[in-house]
Amino acid sequence: MSTVFLALQTNEDTRPIIEAILQDNPGAVCDEQPAMVKINADGKLVVRRETIEEIIGRDYDLQELQVNMITMSGNLDQTDDEMTLFWKS
Amino acid sequence: MQIDLRTVSIKPIRNTFDNIARRIGADKPASRYQEGTLDMQQTANFHYRPTWDPEHDIYDASRSAIKMADWYAFKDPRQFYYGAYCLARAKQQETAEANFDFVENRGLAGTLPESVRDTVLKLLVPLRHVAWGSNMNNASVCAYSYGTGFSQPHIYHSMDQLGIAQYITRVGLLLGDVDTLDEGKRAWMEDDAWQGLRRFVEDSFVLKDPFELFVVQNVVLDGLLYPLVYETIIDDVLSSQGGTPVAMLTQFMTDWYAETKKWADATVKIAAAESPENKAILTKWLTDWRDRAAAALLPVGRIALGERSDEVMGEVVQQFNARMAKAGVAI
Repeated sequence: MSTVFLALQTNEDTRPIIEAILQDNPGAVCDEQPAMVKINADGKLVVRRETIEEIIGRDYDLQELQVNMITMSGNLDQTDDEMTLFWKS
Repeated sequence: MQIDLRTVSIKPIRNTFDNIARRIGADKPASRYQEGTLDMQQTANFHYRPTWDPEHDIYDASRSAIKMADWYAFKDPRQFYYGAYCLARAKQQETAEANFDFVENRGLAGTLPESVRDTVLKLLVPLRHVAWGSNMNNASVCAYSYGTGFSQPHIYHSMDQLGIAQYITRVGLLLGDVDTLDEGKRAWMEDDAWQGLRRFVEDSFVLKDPFELFVVQNVVLDGLLYPLVYETIIDDVLSSQGGTPVAMLTQFMTDWYAETKKWADATVKIAAAESPENKAILTKWLTDWRDRAAAALLPVGRIALGERSDEVMGEVVQQFNARMAKAGVAI
């Protein structure tokens, strides 16, 4: 399977998001680079709103993610509750 | 001359303070909330005991009947440290100002039916004094409790209640005039409907146990007062009688309660899960004070609800019980 990834800026806003992503995707690998965190996963990566909300303790809109997103790869499927990156086979 | 540009990746030698690293398990980047909360309160080298309370150290966990192995087990789910708190409230303040402007500029206060306006003034204005009481109580919990994780949210809560008292004052001035506030004070001091609640608030002033005061004020009283007055009476009952502008003016209180409720629940949950002894103490406090608060609020509810007050109060108490059961204390 090919790798999908999501790259986020390293800051206060993204720290809980990264934590949530790593919690929800046991296979994901976190690559910390200067000022950027890249999260690689095999085939599929899920960002769940609920997990993020639990960590930050307030309501979260997945669109807020866009502000701190540098780049991503994969096909994107986004709903109000989940953002999924994957490769269509 | 040739200049080569290259990227150098510099690994930080350490990601956070040692005391934080010990608490979060490893030297990994910590959030501002963690760095601004964990181990903030001084724990050692108190040379003298305070002259005003020689029985205790200045920060002393034994002031409370609740025992915790680690007082930093308490975490604020909102993760408020001073910066995050100010930003969140500044945003809400802007919304509130916009709401007040909207109601004022469009003369919506004048469109309120006379009966609704009267009810709102009679019900809301004396609540300034309850909010002020909460301001005092929360400042007291912050002063005498142990551990920043528990004490810090209380000073924010204290300031919030001062803000709520001010919003109520503005509603009073907008729908009435200066005399309305005096009338509210008179009702609070003299009218039968308010004496139960006044007694409750004044009795809470003399509680010495900071955790009990937290339970009495933030869990029990707020947990019954806000659903009754703001969520039920103003947002439901009065709105259906043409009082929607009032709901706009008290939006902060509704939102604030929904937000702070999560923190109060989390705090109760952590204390109750610590030990059966804690749970027993909490159950006793919650039950005793809930019954007192419900009895005190009944005549207050009657101002707006008349005979329906008993039925609505019953529902509010039931919701409260369900909320506490979810937090791990069945009452």
